[in-house]
Amino acid sequence: MSDLVEAPRFVCALGAIKSVQAIDRAVPVLHSGPGCGAKLANGISEQNGGSPSGYISPQIYPCSNIGEREVVFGGAERLRQTIENALKVIDGDIFVALTGCTTALVGDDAEEVVRSFKGADKPVILADTPGFIGNNIRGHEIVLDALIDQYMKGAKVEPGLVNIWATVPYQDAFWHGNLRALERLVASLGLRPNTIFGPRKGLAALDRVSAASLNILASPWVGLGAVHKLEAKFGTPYLHYPTIPIGPHATGEFLRAVGTAAGVPDSRVEAAIRDGEEEYYYYIERSADVFLETRAMARRFVIIADSDYTLAVSRFLINDMGLFPSKLYITDDAPIEHRGRVAGYFAEFLHGIKAEVEFSADGGRIHEEITNTDFYGRPLILGSYWERSLAKELRGHYVGLAMPVVDRLILDRSYVGYEGALRLLEDIYGVVLETFI
Amino acid sequence: MAMNLEVTEVMGRENRLGSISGYCGSLRDLSCKARCGGVKGRERCFSQDSLCNAACAQGTLSLIMDAAIVNHGPVGCAVDAIGSNFVLRTMQRLSGAPEHNIRFLSTNLRESDTVFGASEKLKETIRETWRRYEPAAIFVCSSCASAVIGEDIRAVVSDLKGEIPVPISPVSCEGFKSKVWASGFDAAFHAILTDIVKPPAKKTNVVNFINFFGSAKKEIAELFARFGVEPYFLTAGSSIEGLSRLSESIATVSICGTLGTYLGTGLEQKYGVPYVQSMRPHGIAGYEDWLRQLGSAIGKAAEVEAYIAEERPKIEDELQRLRSRLKGLRAVIGMGPGYSFNFIRVLGELGIEVVWTSAWHFDPRYDSGANVPELEFLAGGGAEDIPFTVSDQQNFEVMNVLNTLKPDIYFSRHPGTTVWALKLGYASLCVNDEYTAFGYKGIVNFGTMILDSITNRSFAELFAKRSRLPYTEWWFQQDHAHFLAEEAGSRAAASEPAAAAIGAAHE
Repeated sequence: MSDLVEAPRFVCALGAIKSVQAIDRAVPVLHSGPGCGAKLANGISEQNGGSPSGYISPQIYPCSNIGEREVVFGGAERLRQTIENALKVIDGDIFVALTGCTTALVGDDAEEVVRSFKGADKPVILADTPGFIGNNIRGHEIVLDALIDQYMKGAKVEPGLVNIWATVPYQDAFWHGNLRALERLVASLGLRPNTIFGPRKGLAALDRVSAASLNILASPWVGLGAVHKLEAKFGTPYLHYPTIPIGPHATGEFLRAVGTAAGVPDSRVEAAIRDGEEEYYYYIERSADVFLETRAMARRFVIIADSDYTLAVSRFLINDMGLFPSKLYITDDAPIEHRGRVAGYFAEFLHGIKAEVEFSADGGRIHEEITNTDFYGRPLILGSYWERSLAKELRGHYVGLAMPVVDRLILDRSYVGYEGALRLLEDIYGVVLETFI
Repeated sequence: MAMNLEVTEVMGRENRLGSISGYCGSLRDLSCKARCGGVKGRERCFSQDSLCNAACAQGTLSLIMDAAIVNHGPVGCAVDAIGSNFVLRTMQRLSGAPEHNIRFLSTNLRESDTVFGASEKLKETIRETWRRYEPAAIFVCSSCASAVIGEDIRAVVSDLKGEIPVPISPVSCEGFKSKVWASGFDAAFHAILTDIVKPPAKKTNVVNFINFFGSAKKEIAELFARFGVEPYFLTAGSSIEGLSRLSESIATVSICGTLGTYLGTGLEQKYGVPYVQSMRPHGIAGYEDWLRQLGSAIGKAAEVEAYIAEERPKIEDELQRLRSRLKGLRAVIGMGPGYSFNFIRVLGELGIEVVWTSAWHFDPRYDSGANVPELEFLAGGGAEDIPFTVSDQQNFEVMNVLNTLKPDIYFSRHPGTTVWALKLGYASLCVNDEYTAFGYKGIVNFGTMILDSITNRSFAELFAKRSRLPYTEWWFQQDHAHFLAEEAGSRAAASEPAAAAIGAAHE
C-alpha cells in the first residue's frame, strides 16, 4: 500500500519544537533549514486552534538557518555559534537543540556540539528530530526522552504527588484545557498533580517529576515510553489509563483507577464521582428533550482523529450518549507495535458494541471510503478541518476537534471530565441546531 | 539585461539578482550601492528561524483552483497544505465554485527512503494524484531532504509524461537553496512560465494581475472597466486554462515588486506582454504612477488622466484632516522589501515620520535589470534619509531597535511579527492585506486605521504590562547590529564601524 499522505493531520518530528515551547521558558534551538520552524509551527498551532505565539514563538526560536554552504561544508560550527549566542540573547531556562533533515543527512555531529555546553549557565540538551524519522508525535516522545535522559535528576519521593501525562501539546489544540481539567480531577481526590506543560510550570515542574509517587498516563500509546523510562530511572510506578476521560462513564472509571493506584480511600473517590455526576446530570436532564427530539441529529457518527480523541470521543458518544459508531479512523501514524492493543479498546464498548477501526494517514483515501458509507441518515462527523467539505457533501454535521482545527479559536476549552463532556455536547449541538430537518 | 528562461531551474535570488538578507546602513546608502552594483550581504553569527522558499513556491501554486501539488519530502514539508486549503476554500466560496479540499499530496519520505531513494514512491504518488482528481496540472515540489539525497524529480516527471495527459511540472524549491524566501515565488512562476503558459493564439484586453489573495478584486474590476480592460488575478483563484493564456494579455501588473518580477519580466521577454514597473498602487503617488504607467501600456493615458482629475479631489479634505491628526507620529516598519519601500512613502503622505525600516531582504535590481522604482523615488528626494537594515525577519534586531527608538507605532506585514512591538508597549499594526492603502479611498481607510490604533491603546497598554520579553537585559544593551558580520561570507562578530554607523544613523 502506498505510504503517501494527503490532508496532513500531523507534521514531521521537528514539530516537537512546540512540545518544547509548551514548557514554560524552555527554548527550542533549531539546527535546520530556514523555514522549518515557521512552517511547522504554523500548521500545528496557528492553523490548529489559533495559538501561534506565547512567551516565545517561531520568530524567537534561535535557528542555524542552514543554507547551501552548510550542506556542502557541514553546519556543526554554525550550531555551536547559534547555541552560544542564544544563551546570551534569549532569556530562557532550558535550551533544547533540535536537528532537522538537512543537518542529519549531511552528518553534523550535533551531539558533540551540545555536549560542549555541559558547563553552560543554563541546561542545554539535544533532541534528534530529523523530519524523515516520523511525525511530531514521535518528535514529542523524543523530547520527553531527552528531558528524562539528559536533564532530570533523582529527588526524594513526595507522597501524594502525581505526574499527569496526556495529549501532545499543540497537536491537541485543547491540550492545555485538558491538562487543567485532569489536574482538577486528580486534585478532587486529594492528590497533588504535577504537569510539565503550561504556564508557571517550567523547570520547577520538571524538577518535581522524579519526586512523584505515581505517573498517570491518560493516552493510548503516546508517552508509554516516557513512563517506562521514568520507572526504570527513578522507580516511579505508573498507571496507564487508555485515553483522556470524557463524560461520566470514563471519568468515573478514571477516578477509580487513579484512586486505586494512588491509595485514595474509596469513600473519597466515590464522593468525587457523585459530585461530578450530580452536576453533569443536572444539565443533561434539563436538555434531554433536545437530545431525544432533535430530528436533524445523527444517530451514527464517524471520527477521523488521533488515537486519543478517536477512542475518548467514541467512548463518550457510545457509553454515555447512546449513539452508534460507523467505521472509525485513526490518523496519528501510531507505531505498528501499539496498533493491535489500541484497536482492542474499540471492541470494549458497553452492550457488546464494537467499532471497526483503521489506521491511515491518507485523508484522500479515507474520504473516498466515507463517501461510500451508508450512515442511515445524516452522519455526525468529528474530525479536522479537512472533513468540513466532506460533511457538507454528505449533509452531515461537522465538529472540528482534531489537528488541524483551522476554523476555531481554542483558548482554555477542554472536553475532559464531566464539564468537558458538557462542552462537547454544546459544540455538537451548536452545529446540529443550525439545521431543522 | 535578458533573463535566461531556458534554464531547467531558476537560481536563488542571491545568485540571480545579487539579493541580500543582511545589511545595516541607510536608505540613501543602500540606493547608492545598488546603483553601483556594490551591495554586499552581511551574514549573522546568530539568527532566528526565518522562512523558506518552499512555502512561497507551494503557497503560490497550490491556490490555482484546478491544479494539484505533490511535495516530494518528509510530511512536514507538506504542512503548507493546511493554510492553503483554508485560503482555497475561501476562494471557492467567494466565487461560488464547488467546495473541495486542496489537492496536495506528500510522498512522506521516511528514513529508509533517504538510504534507498524514493523515485518509485514519487511516481506512485503522482499517479495516485491523477487517479484521484484528474487535475489540470500537477506541480512536483522538491524538499531539502529530496535535494540532499539527490532525487531526480525531472527524470520521474519525464517518465510519466506519456502516461498522464496534463502538464507535470517540477518545481525546485528546497529550503536551503536560498535565504531569500521570495526565491520560491520565482520557482513557482518559472514552472508556470515554462510548463503552463502557451504561445498566444490571439491578443485580448486582459491585464494579468499578479497578487497574493485578491481582497480588492471587485474594486479593481470596476476601475479597469473604465479603461476598457479586464483584470485576470493570479495565482489565488486562477485556473490552469486561464494561466495558459497569460501570453495573450495586453499588460501585466503586480501588487508587489518582489512577488511579480520573474513572471512579469518573463512574459514581457518571451511573449512581448508589457510588464508595468511603476511604483505600487499604495498611497497617492504610488497609485497615480501605477495608473499612468498602466495607462501608457494599454494606450489609455487620456482616460487615466481624466480619472485622476475626477477622483483625487474627492479625498482631499479627509486626507488633510487625517494628516493633521497623524502629524508628528514616529513609526518603524518591518516588512518585505516591496512593501517596506512603498509604505515609507505612504506613511510620509499621511504626515508620519518613519524613523527606521527593516526589509526582510533586498533586491538591488529586478529581473528586467531595472532598479527598484520605489527606492529610486525615495532616494531621489521622495523621503528623508532614514536608517535602514535588511534582515530575514530577525526579531531580536527589531526588538532591540524598537527598545532604543521608542516609536509611536510599528508596522508589520508577516504572520507572527506584530505582537512583539505591542509587548514593548507600542501600537502595532499589521498591513497583511496587500490592498491596504490601495488607491484614494485606501489611504483614507489606512490613515483612519492608524488613528484608531494609536487612540485606543487599551489592549496594547494592559497587554504590555502583563508581558515578559524573551530577551536578556544584556541583549537590549547591545547594538542591534552586534551579530552582523562585516563582509559577505564571514561569520565573524560585528565590527566596531558597523555598530558606530547605525548608532550615528539613529541620531
